Amino acid sequence: MLGYYLDLAFRSLKRNIGLTILMILAIAFGVGASMTTLTVLHVLSSDPMPGKSQDLYYVQLDARPMSGYRAGDEPADQLTRSDAEALLRARKADHQAMMTSGNAAIDPQRAGLQPFFADSRFTSADFFPMFRVPFVAGNGWSADDDANAARVAVIARPLAEKLFGSTNVVGRTVRVEGADLRITGVIDNWRPVPHFYDLYTDNFGKGEQLFVPFSTSREIKLDRSGEMDCWKEAKDPEALGAPCEWIQFWVELDSAAKAKAYREFLVQYSLEQKRAGKFERQPNVRLRNVMQRLDFRHVVPPDVRLQTWIALGFLLVCLINTVGLLLTKFLRRSAEIGVRRALGASKRSIFMQLLVEAGIVGLVGGVAGLGLALLGLWAVRQQPADFAELARLDLPMLGATFALSITASLLAGVLPAWRACHVTPAIQLKSH
Amino acid sequence: MLHMKDISKVYRTEMVETHALRKLSLDVNAGEFVAVTGPSGSGKTTFLNIAGLLEELTGGEYMLDGVDVRNLGDRARSHLRNEKIGFIFQSFNLIPDLDLFDNVDVPLRYRKLSRGNRRKRIEGALERVGLASRTRHYPSELSGGQQQRVAIARAIAGGPALLLADEPTGNLDSQMAREVMQLLEELNAQGTVVVIVTHDPEIAARAQRNVHIVDGVATDLERGPSLIRPPATSAVSA
Repeated sequence: MLGYYLDLAFRSLKRNIGLTILMILAIAFGVGASMTTLTVLHVLSSDPMPGKSQDLYYVQLDARPMSGYRAGDEPADQLTRSDAEALLRARKADHQAMMTSGNAAIDPQRAGLQPFFADSRFTSADFFPMFRVPFVAGNGWSADDDANAARVAVIARPLAEKLFGSTNVVGRTVRVEGADLRITGVIDNWRPVPHFYDLYTDNFGKGEQLFVPFSTSREIKLDRSGEMDCWKEAKDPEALGAPCEWIQFWVELDSAAKAKAYREFLVQYSLEQKRAGKFERQPNVRLRNVMQRLDFRHVVPPDVRLQTWIALGFLLVCLINTVGLLLTKFLRRSAEIGVRRALGASKRSIFMQLLVEAGIVGLVGGVAGLGLALLGLWAVRQQPADFAELARLDLPMLGATFALSITASLLAGVLPAWRACHVTPAIQLKSH
Repeated sequence: MLHMKDISKVYRTEMVETHALRKLSLDVNAGEFVAVTGPSGSGKTTFLNIAGLLEELTGGEYMLDGVDVRNLGDRARSHLRNEKIGFIFQSFNLIPDLDLFDNVDVPLRYRKLSRGNRRKRIEGALERVGLASRTRHYPSELSGGQQQRVAIARAIAGGPALLLADEPTGNLDSQMAREVMQLLEELNAQGTVVVIVTHDPEIAARAQRNVHIVDGVATDLERGPSLIRPPATSAVSA
């Protein structure tokens, strides 16, 4: 029967082409606006580490002095260098990595290439396995390299291609701020969105080109970037023991029991520090997984959420209009429905026939809505926001566009089809 | 074929209760051609709608070809209507944007018939009413009489046992009316039961039997209102 319903639907839609276009436009505008904002929201609120984000935790301790203390306050957002290094040495988690961002000057050995700055990450060995960083050649460095401040580095594919014209460069050296670093690995294009592991740089940034052991970066005095908060005057705020928080620290804990144990470890560590006179405050620790951290830091701008709600409201208005138009269209055909009922069509048959018609409106509206969504996303990409260039429709959102469109039109069709299939055939047959 | 006993139909609104049929009893047997007459508002059309399963009865008993229709759901009623009944209406009720072929196809679409079987039936029905050469014409391209013949083709395409016709000649001139009646008589002669609602005494006179409905009460004009016929023949009581 579906073929018959489709045939009838096309005839009906052709019969009132003006009304049909109006309904398709209503669906298209509603879907276009919704999909534009939903795509932006989808990009911004996506899980950067699917399947693993629940096991990755961001660590916070409170090393600040009593001055300004209020019970229940959030601890400092980053760690001091000495705490981060202590936690790294303790190795209480499955994986752990300390890190900060930097901007390193690279001196290319390739003829014709001028020195340039590359976004860098100064971190520790577990960064790569913990965040499942994909390698095209070689590997990360070892924990011994961290301990020994080895002159090693991992570079990203674009940097490898820029410096050497190839990614097969493991064992070669890259000169950074005058120091030759041996390349242990080349990572593939890797850009977790959002840039969850360091929200002090660009939340939706492109990721780094150069990765150097944190210890090495201090020895060869690479410039760090990002936020630093000091609560006392410090001659060298980056020095070990300086009263400044500037290091991000992530751990991997693959069970709730391990997370609980690690939290307890952090409390014990804080108590020890307090006993040793290094901490003044009572233990105040936080352990948030990736999505909790993104949520806590409001990575999705509130106005994006607001726009999404407005667009969904607009879709609702469009749907209500479509309901009205479909109701008019279907009830206009009461005579035909009466005849079909008299000739043996059940209410269900009529209902299905009309719902197929609504579904076709939704499908065509979806195609038009897709065009409008692409146009809307293009407009978003012209904005100066840091996430703008990410506003592109991916395959799931493409499917969602049609699902939304057809679902919306079927929902819009349910009431009119229900009303129409309940027309009294006897009255229609006599009055026409 | 059609057995009605003490049928009543009441339309209720908040203010008024209208008794359209009151304890109407009627039997129509195989092969009969029955004319139902009566003044406007007497309940003729209500009777036809109930007989055609387009309306539910308020009280009484109705058996259509041995099937008790009182407790049937919508799907079963629709299926029974499709299989057993062919409708012919005063204003033809063809679907204007379907050609003749597709109009006749409508009742067949609600059966699980193959495309070939449907085509055979449609062509046969249009042949039967003398319009085989105009299958791709639209209703608006036909005269009233031709449109009614298409409606008859549509009614008989599914091979129903019962034809229900509501003033089938009401919108036709006398020549066309005669042609339509002749067609109905031929169908009846071939075994289809015909029940026709009409105001026209000339049409009624051509039926084998007349039933008169006044104020929702049916009277067999040949036998009188109180007579109960034996089951072998048709009977009316009220």
